[in-house]
Amino acid sequence: MRRRELLQGFAAGALTFFFTTPVGSAPIVPTRPGTYPEDFNAYLKISADGRVGCFVGKVELGQGAMTVLAMLVAEELELDPAQVDMLLGDTDLCPWDMPTGGSLTMWHTAPVLRGAAAEARAALLRLASKALGAPVSDLALKDGAIWVKSAPTRRTTFGELVQGRKMERHLGKVKPKPLADCTLLGRRVPRKDALAKVSGAAKYAGDLRLPGTLHACILRPPAQGQTLVTADTSTAERVPGVRIVRDGTLLAVVHAQPDTARKALALVKGTFEGAEPDVDDVRIYQYLVDKAAPGQRVVISRGDLAAGEKRAATVVEGEYRNAYESHATLEPHTSVAKWEEGRMTVWASTQSPFVFRDAVAEALKLGQDKVRIIAQFVGGGFGGKLVGPGAIEAARIARQVPGVPIQVAWNREEDLFLDGYRPAAVVKIRSGLDAGRGAITFWDSTVAGVSQGEAELSYDMQSNRYQAPTVPGLHPLKVGAWRAPNAHTNAFARESQLDALAAKAGMDPVTLRRRLITDARLLRLLDLAVETFGWEPAPGPTGRGIGLACGAWRQGLVVAVAQVAVDKATGKVRVEHFLEAVDVGLVVNPDGARQQVEGAITMCIGQALSEEIRFKGGRILDKNFDTYLLPRFSAIPRIQVVFAENSGMATQGIGEPPVVPVAAALANAVFDATGARVTHVPFTPARVLEALKRVPTK
Amino acid sequence: MDATVSFVLNGKPVTVKNPHDRMLVWVLRDELGLTGTKVGCEAGLCGACTVLVDFEAVPSCSTTLGDVAGKSVLTIEGLAVDGRLNPVQEAFREHHAFQCGYCTSGMIMAAWAFLKKKPKATKAEIVEAMEGNICRCGAHVRILDAVESAGKNLGGVR
Repeated sequence: MRRRELLQGFAAGALTFFFTTPVGSAPIVPTRPGTYPEDFNAYLKISADGRVGCFVGKVELGQGAMTVLAMLVAEELELDPAQVDMLLGDTDLCPWDMPTGGSLTMWHTAPVLRGAAAEARAALLRLASKALGAPVSDLALKDGAIWVKSAPTRRTTFGELVQGRKMERHLGKVKPKPLADCTLLGRRVPRKDALAKVSGAAKYAGDLRLPGTLHACILRPPAQGQTLVTADTSTAERVPGVRIVRDGTLLAVVHAQPDTARKALALVKGTFEGAEPDVDDVRIYQYLVDKAAPGQRVVISRGDLAAGEKRAATVVEGEYRNAYESHATLEPHTSVAKWEEGRMTVWASTQSPFVFRDAVAEALKLGQDKVRIIAQFVGGGFGGKLVGPGAIEAARIARQVPGVPIQVAWNREEDLFLDGYRPAAVVKIRSGLDAGRGAITFWDSTVAGVSQGEAELSYDMQSNRYQAPTVPGLHPLKVGAWRAPNAHTNAFARESQLDALAAKAGMDPVTLRRRLITDARLLRLLDLAVETFGWEPAPGPTGRGIGLACGAWRQGLVVAVAQVAVDKATGKVRVEHFLEAVDVGLVVNPDGARQQVEGAITMCIGQALSEEIRFKGGRILDKNFDTYLLPRFSAIPRIQVVFAENSGMATQGIGEPPVVPVAAALANAVFDATGARVTHVPFTPARVLEALKRVPTK
Repeated sequence: MDATVSFVLNGKPVTVKNPHDRMLVWVLRDELGLTGTKVGCEAGLCGACTVLVDFEAVPSCSTTLGDVAGKSVLTIEGLAVDGRLNPVQEAFREHHAFQCGYCTSGMIMAAWAFLKKKPKATKAEIVEAMEGNICRCGAHVRILDAVESAGKNLGGVR
């Protein structure tokens, strides 16, 4: 259903449930205390025709939020999810919410929404009880109808009960249905965005066709961090229909046609100022280590490292690196902004409607109530659209041309240039195993480039120390949150190091992990993974090309097993089979969860094997997909996903956990295939060949 | 210089007054309002803008208006007949062969062009046919399954 129809349907005579969330007991954690819980939150509206509208400040990035949230509402109200209309990410219409990221939708928003739907069910039953003259205990409901169980002809509908009422409910008074009574949760349901997406009807920010829209292309400096000093726009201005809009150092060429604006932009000559850092994609690692060194701080320390080292029979020293990596969403950042009657409206490709609202308000020195963000379908996020420089650019330009919708759609080169990358990083670990090969006697880890986030897993260590940098502005390039930030960098180092220890001690890497794991849940998951895969214990390298790694993102646990073939002549790694065993508690939407795991594995094959931002100073050398290499169909292995049966644990997010161990499992598989340890993500053919050269010949 | 170019779009004749060398993707999206065709790289590298010109899959970001003069252009909006989805669209829907959906139009168009020629394709042939289309969310395994099953529904049982 289109947004406009949806709103018309709910405007007249809708039953609106406002919820107040009691402070302190809300499962939602406000980013700024006081903003969230005191609000009236109209999550649910029931229209006169009986349809249920659900208003949530999350967005649909492809991860399936629209479907799984509708399932939760439908479950409580005994509806088909198709009967629930989702309206996501409109800051005027939806209750305040956190960004759509961090795998938090199911953790934070889902309990609130379930509670809201449960309260709505109770209120509807009470209204029906009055209307039908029967006690609530004698009422049943299904598909929007409510009837008297003992006299089924006495019935009413949600629509009939609705007379423009507004009800204020306090969350937490009514408990959601017990799991045993749930009929939808855990079942495959059709994605609500399927028809729109396969028919081409789904609207992304660049697909809006607001009358009179002008397209703005912005003059960019050659290097990150530089700003505009002078610009000669005289040639560009001779292009019919072109106008130049400036706001401080922001200069845009604006035209009714996006391609004409782009061509005219090429005619503008600018000069820029700002020093470039003396570093490139080769020297970045030493740069980070040196720059982080003075501010390294011990963040975790347990036991006596020196004593632990004395007890060690096998010691391994490893250095693990990863390059800058782009989010490279297929839809580049896009926004349309319109300044009208003192209010700025921005239709945006965003993961964070409310963060964008506040950022636009701040940039334009407007009150938050003067800015409205309307999220559209988002063509991929992965953390890259948590922040909205493009939305701010669109708003600044739109402010100069009142009443005219201004679209700012970055092209691929801009998207790769302006992205906040997954940070490059270096992790150094020195660690040892006892003579009995059953205990880590010491583990000394220092990371530069990211934090120590998720560096630890539930492995028993007699002594350990983790150091992480505190230096602000460590990176010469713009960095940001990339799906499972910090965690995948640290898991790559930890799981590679464990494998190296196992190999040096001549033992099977699964057996070593089994001895070290202290968490019964992770141990069960390890067993599930190796049994499903058919792991035969053997010390590596076996030549089979099989590697395993464990990882965590908050309470979500993953064990990955990879099988690869390595072409020793070219250094090319071919992934043949990839399995993940996943424990994220109760799986609400099994097919949606499976999609997230399949997607994470696929995406991280690119992370592990080919994706790297090349740069010199502030100049980004990768400008398109001819050199920035995403995984294509020929790179895709057989993918297997198994979920641990753990419905007793609350649902954890699924977007991030399956990312965490992928590169590590692949690196361990490369070692198992060849005896060569690849320590630098991505392990491109050149890096694999280098690693092969380091393998001692027998 | 604007020129008048006529071609058949989704089965109906159209005439547009636009420069000959204007890329087709902009004509489709901005002149004709067909926004199902997406812009991903503007260099023929990602396949998001794939349309069919005389039943050949081409990147519309790198195909000029002049290139399609007198030809037949099919976009995602032209696939469904009388509101009934095309078999490839149906298979993508059933398999949930997408996540964010931004690559989906191009994927479906590339798959349809391929299956029209070769419904009895092997998985390896499907991989080769789809290699020019990028999916960032990682829906690849489902896309391959969907294309294979659409092929079977088109009578291409091996």
